[in-house]
Amino acid sequence: MTSFPLKIVTPDGLIFDGSAEQIIVRTTSGDVAILARHINYVAPLGMGRAVIIAGGVRRTAACIGGMLSVVDGAVTLVPTTFEWSDKIDVERANAAYEKADSVLKNPSSSQNDLKLAEAKLRRALVRKSVASTK
Amino acid sequence: MAGVSTKEIKNRIRSMESTKQITKAMEMVAASKLRRAQAQVLNSRPYFEILHQTITDISVSNRDFSSQYLQEQPKSKVMFIVIAGDRGLAGGYNSNVLKLVEQQIQGQDAEVLPIGKKAVDFFRSRGIHAFTESYAEAAEISIGDCFSVAKQLCKAFRDGTYSEIHVAYTNFESMLSQSPASMKLLPLERPQANPDGKYGGIVYEPSNEEVFDAIIPEYLGGQLYGALCESRASEQAARRTAMDNATQNAEEMIADLSLKFNRARQAAITQEITEIVAGS
Repeated sequence: MTSFPLKIVTPDGLIFDGSAEQIIVRTTSGDVAILARHINYVAPLGMGRAVIIAGGVRRTAACIGGMLSVVDGAVTLVPTTFEWSDKIDVERANAAYEKADSVLKNPSSSQNDLKLAEAKLRRALVRKSVASTK
Repeated sequence: MAGVSTKEIKNRIRSMESTKQITKAMEMVAASKLRRAQAQVLNSRPYFEILHQTITDISVSNRDFSSQYLQEQPKSKVMFIVIAGDRGLAGGYNSNVLKLVEQQIQGQDAEVLPIGKKAVDFFRSRGIHAFTESYAEAAEISIGDCFSVAKQLCKAFRDGTYSEIHVAYTNFESMLSQSPASMKLLPLERPQANPDGKYGGIVYEPSNEEVFDAIIPEYLGGQLYGALCESRASEQAARRTAMDNATQNAEEMIADLSLKFNRARQAAITQEITEIVAGS
């Protein structure tokens, strides 16, 4: 398969820099697969699983926030959080899930707390689901 | 007379020695913190460079629409995000960046968002209105805080509360050199569009406006976090250098005083011997 240059960078560092054959990410308007020779394209990322196929190896990751851009054939993924499925701390995700869940179920939580808890719950759910289906 | 002066000199040496111990300890603490901060800067640099590059690419190539973030806004207040340290004793680190901001906001209707205790105190004493003072601890700020600040500022920018948003921070050039800098975040600098049309049209999904609205707060948060990382590393580097100098100065003074002490001691002994000889 034809490959294209792919860069994945997060605030924690450069995660991937090399050539890949296919990448599937969840944008705010749904899952998108990028192949080589894609048209110039920009989309903000949602929360979900990302699949990277590079050198015939398929890897999945939890990918949250940020953006995807294709400029002149080069693909750049700039997420806020990007964790390979085998590096996700499941215990931490479970703990975050429980904590957010208890806030959501608490009738005396403020509107702001509810919003934060909901976002945390969704992050934890993404991490859990990506970690469980490798 | 000689006795008094040796005692005085001895006291001064002792106090100098304890000062030296303190500066030496501070230097070592700063050096170990610096190592961590430096690793963080080096790790996160590619993110900011690529983020910046991508945003620039996008704003160069889009000519068909005008997002609010790209346009010059009707003149209103100018917002400065100022990143300084929590503590002093770091050479010119705090005063350099604060001086830079003071110079830039002169004659403008400006508000600030101080980060770090020194910045908060500085602007409070000058009576400049702060957007919020809840970020007084520069060392405690997480990337999540950066994104929430960015979101609030973007909203204020869209409402027209601020016509420009700048960030002032200290660039970590190397262990020995740090320079204060300021950067305009919003509205985005619009480079000249390439006339030969090298950049083809870009497909935005779901739409131009929505993409910009979603990406710009992220971009702002990312740049802010980058500036914060640079500043933190600069602070530790500046403190390490300053404390290293202080330790060296203390050593020099101790050497000088020891010499004086020994001379005074010798003079006292000589005098005593002369007195005994003269008396016998």
